[in-house]
Amino acid sequence: MEERWGRGQSNVANRMNTMKVTEQRGLSVKHLLGIKDLTRADIELIFSQADEFKEVLDRPIKKVPSLRDVTVANLFFENSTRTRLSFELAEKRLSADVVNFAASSSSVKKGETLVDTVNNILAMKVDMVVMRHASPGAAVFLSRHIEASIVNAGDGTHEHPTQALLDAYSIREKLGSVEGKKVVIVGDITHSRVAISNIYCLKKLGAEVMVCGPTTLIPKHIESLGVKVEHNLRKALEWCDVANMLRIQLERQDAGVAYFPSLREYSMQYGLDKALLNSLSKKIVVMHPGPINRGVEITSDVADSDQSIILDQVENGVAVRMAVIYLLAQNMKRG
Amino acid sequence: MRQTTLIDSKLLHLIITRLSCQLIENHEDFRNAAIIGLQPRGVLLAERIVEQLKSMQPKAAIEYGVVDPTFYRDDFRIHDKPLIARETNIPFSLEGKHVIFIDDVLYTGRTIRAGLEGIMEYGRPASVELLVLVERRFTRELPIEPKYVGKSVDSYDNQQVKVMWKKDGGEDKVMLLTE
Repeated sequence: MEERWGRGQSNVANRMNTMKVTEQRGLSVKHLLGIKDLTRADIELIFSQADEFKEVLDRPIKKVPSLRDVTVANLFFENSTRTRLSFELAEKRLSADVVNFAASSSSVKKGETLVDTVNNILAMKVDMVVMRHASPGAAVFLSRHIEASIVNAGDGTHEHPTQALLDAYSIREKLGSVEGKKVVIVGDITHSRVAISNIYCLKKLGAEVMVCGPTTLIPKHIESLGVKVEHNLRKALEWCDVANMLRIQLERQDAGVAYFPSLREYSMQYGLDKALLNSLSKKIVVMHPGPINRGVEITSDVADSDQSIILDQVENGVAVRMAVIYLLAQNMKRG
Repeated sequence: MRQTTLIDSKLLHLIITRLSCQLIENHEDFRNAAIIGLQPRGVLLAERIVEQLKSMQPKAAIEYGVVDPTFYRDDFRIHDKPLIARETNIPFSLEGKHVIFIDDVLYTGRTIRAGLEGIMEYGRPASVELLVLVERRFTRELPIEPKYVGKSVDSYDNQQVKVMWKKDGGEDKVMLLTE
């Protein structure tokens, strides 16, 4: 491959190389705040790079040196196991330096504001911030106040973009493509950032999306996002190719408001068990973003069945997050 | 833009045949060798060489893979255009193998350096030999030199060597482009 690096950019050779790779565009965004801001081309670019990172993760040495000069801070103002580990692994496998922060053991408890906390961390020369926060819009707010590139790892009930990307990536891996596939998202749609990000992502990739759950857990006017609404789980499952079963977000529900009579009743109406799965006229794919409440939204035999791709989702999470961080880092020029 | 033909289709065929003969001379039946093409353009040459070797040595079991240098490049976050990775596929271990590493044009040597690092992730090869179709002389920025060369050319910085293949829809030839 003919290329001269690190020399004057104005010579013919470089311009022609540029022409040769015009189709090689990067992400259209500086931060990953939500799927809403991404184009379909962005999502497809993330997927194609995630394919290459999956190959890296299958090697005996699961690490590449690309981000050896990048420092990433993982700021988790809310509890997380899977997402934080997945991001940390992704960063380490790209050779980035990683600092971790958990709100429970920090100065946030002493009354420091979000911007002050983050600016203090950035003063230590951090290039990228991965943040989870309980307030919707926290990532957008931060992006307006600081220079570093931000990856939203979940902001309240707003968005959880990397989860939606890895969900769609897992569907693409299992079924060949997302375009034209029918996906139903079942459960607590009102309090779920995973549901909103999934709807944006799947719609952008050309899938048909349905939400299913009790009336109290489905936001009014959600049809305006171009999704179907169904309250009968069996009908929804008969319609779909993929069912994404969400957890009831008890921690986000308003105190004193009963959205459904009891978990037992919810489970009877909207829980997926093996008998229901086997009684369907076709074999559907079952997904869950975790953590699973076994016996509530999904029974153990369904979660562990061959139709479930729950562990593939977790595995793909690392590759997809590597792709996101790699592509965002490209947009920050080395100073 | 001035275009000069460096290698025409007939000569290109002769060069591929010659390079293949040199490889057979050194590696006989390729039992302990592996051919690795460098993404993206080196792969097209590597495929042609493998095809030629198979027609000349039908009984040889030739191991062939491709490596992408993107993740190992030294201009990440410096380059104007994003560095988008392509497929790496080496479905065998390179431990103890004699690797024949193939690219189309050798210029600064930086892509080859990155590709070498990628290769090393698949085991510790006994040796790595570099084969290029066109070697641009006096332009190296790293101490990397090929063992097998199709043609050496002298060129200026404002020129580009472009290798074209029938597979891309044109004809097999190598052009020197000058502004």
